[in-house]
Amino acid sequence: MKRWSRQTTRSAINGYAFISPWLVGLALFTIYPIIASLYYSFTRYDIVREPRWIGLENYVTLATQDLIFRRVMGNTIYLVAVGVPAGIVVAYLLALLLNNEMKLRPMFRTIFFLPALVPAVAAAEVWRWVLNAQWGLINAWVKARGWPVIPFLSSEGWAKNTLILIHCWAQGQAMMVFLASLQDVPRSLYDAAEVDGANRLQRFWYVTVPMTTPAMLFLVITHLIGMFQYFTMGWLLTSGGPNFSTEFFSIYLYRNAFEYFKMGYASALSWVLFLIIMLFTVVTFRSSERWVYYGGS
Amino acid sequence: MTNTAVAMTAEALQAKRHARLVRVAGRMLLYVTVITLSFAFALPLLWMFVTALKDDPDVFRLPPVWIPRPIRWQNFAEALTIIPFGMHLLNTLKIAVPVVIGTVLSCSLVAYGFARIDFPGRTFLFFVCLATMMLPFQVRMIPLYIRFSVMGWLNSYRPLIVPAFFGGAYPIFLLRQFFMTIPQELSDAARIDGCSELMIFWRIVLPLAKPSLAVVGLFTFMGSWDNYLGPLIYLNDAKLYPLSVALRGFQSEFWEEHLWQYMMAASATTIAPVIVIFYVAQRTLVEGITVTGIKG
Repeated sequence: MKRWSRQTTRSAINGYAFISPWLVGLALFTIYPIIASLYYSFTRYDIVREPRWIGLENYVTLATQDLIFRRVMGNTIYLVAVGVPAGIVVAYLLALLLNNEMKLRPMFRTIFFLPALVPAVAAAEVWRWVLNAQWGLINAWVKARGWPVIPFLSSEGWAKNTLILIHCWAQGQAMMVFLASLQDVPRSLYDAAEVDGANRLQRFWYVTVPMTTPAMLFLVITHLIGMFQYFTMGWLLTSGGPNFSTEFFSIYLYRNAFEYFKMGYASALSWVLFLIIMLFTVVTFRSSERWVYYGGS
Repeated sequence: MTNTAVAMTAEALQAKRHARLVRVAGRMLLYVTVITLSFAFALPLLWMFVTALKDDPDVFRLPPVWIPRPIRWQNFAEALTIIPFGMHLLNTLKIAVPVVIGTVLSCSLVAYGFARIDFPGRTFLFFVCLATMMLPFQVRMIPLYIRFSVMGWLNSYRPLIVPAFFGGAYPIFLLRQFFMTIPQELSDAARIDGCSELMIFWRIVLPLAKPSLAVVGLFTFMGSWDNYLGPLIYLNDAKLYPLSVALRGFQSEFWEEHLWQYMMAASATTIAPVIVIFYVAQRTLVEGITVTGIKG
């Protein structure tokens, strides 16, 4: 126990003074909305009339009656289960590639990073044009070979995968994180492994992979959180369609809140989303003790 | 005796040649892979740029035309005048500039508190700060919308700007990581000279942290430039839309009339500032990404 002195009092006053903007923001823009949305989730509320308390009805409807929600959950799980690993693997492979000595490396790095910088709205328009069924670049090539046109955005089977593909295209940020992590692996470890007779593949598996697991943990968690909240690109390109095949959690939530004005129901959805994200984050953290290796410590 | 020696050197020579061949083949494979992949990644943006310069018939010519003839630079001027591009650009700046100022100001203060002052409850509160990153915006979205609506703030930029003055978890975290690296002796010396914390913050730490403030400023600017959901919810009047929301609306003007070259010109213009920023500040930004990425 530290002794409370005048020094402590002074640093307490100073410390809280400095963080006060965040504390006020926390109360106004985080704690209040969380509590309020929990309250709204137990009500029926359309903004025009006062919220009416209905207990657990929203949650019960969600779990037992809402058939679209079932579809939405399936879509979201698919997006997370395929999109998160796909994005991370692409980022890792690109980083491995760029980790080799080569000419023009800064240029290649910029090219792979650039898509991550492109504002989502602009990226959506560019992809809409590239994937266009009639004149799009890819389908022009496909048609020239006499193959059937690929309905990237207009078929139920393709739409989700197309969005995942676009997600993989914009992995520049994750690639940079991996690249930095790869460059932090001490040379001496590779040299030692080589002396022990490890081949390239073994060196990759027993040196590179373990040493980059901290970066992997960080990216798995941020990507999980991000993918469960996936909204903008999906909203812009397919708006949930065709036939609800890209109706993801956040899109459905937005629709309930701002198209149907079911604020109570949307709040219940937001809490379910929150709990799911928390569950996945905690489970990932717990599991990390088994697969994340912190060099040195 | 001499024969075996000759045979051995020949063998060694061959092995050496073989090794060199493998190495050269490996290099070739590496370059082929990198070049192919960079084309694949750059293709959509290249195609956007090429389309933006095309004359009408060229846009719909099959097989696709890669070198437009004639090159119509005036597509940019035309696209940006048919739609009120300038107005939306101005709207974007009206939001982004105050948001950047608010974020840099408030987050550097808060980060200083977390990084340089040892106050009771610091560890716990910093943990809370990090934990809020996990909180989906969707949970806060509805009550905030309702509150701002009651306050009459809807259809104004206030819901987008005001919260920026109260800190944000990510930039606070980023700045704290940077502030931690500034030697404590500097502050101690200043304290002995009778400087208050605010003076140490303003005169010593901030000037030393200029690069990290730039990182936060640029990230915030790009985030605001890109932000779609916020303006979509809070603004109804199309005259107030920033570029991010407006660009989608141009579609009805361009897309349905198959004016793809204009759509691509508008998209390219939306992307340009971000690319310029990245080009100018590449090293600083990459550092920012990796510092928060790894040390987190």
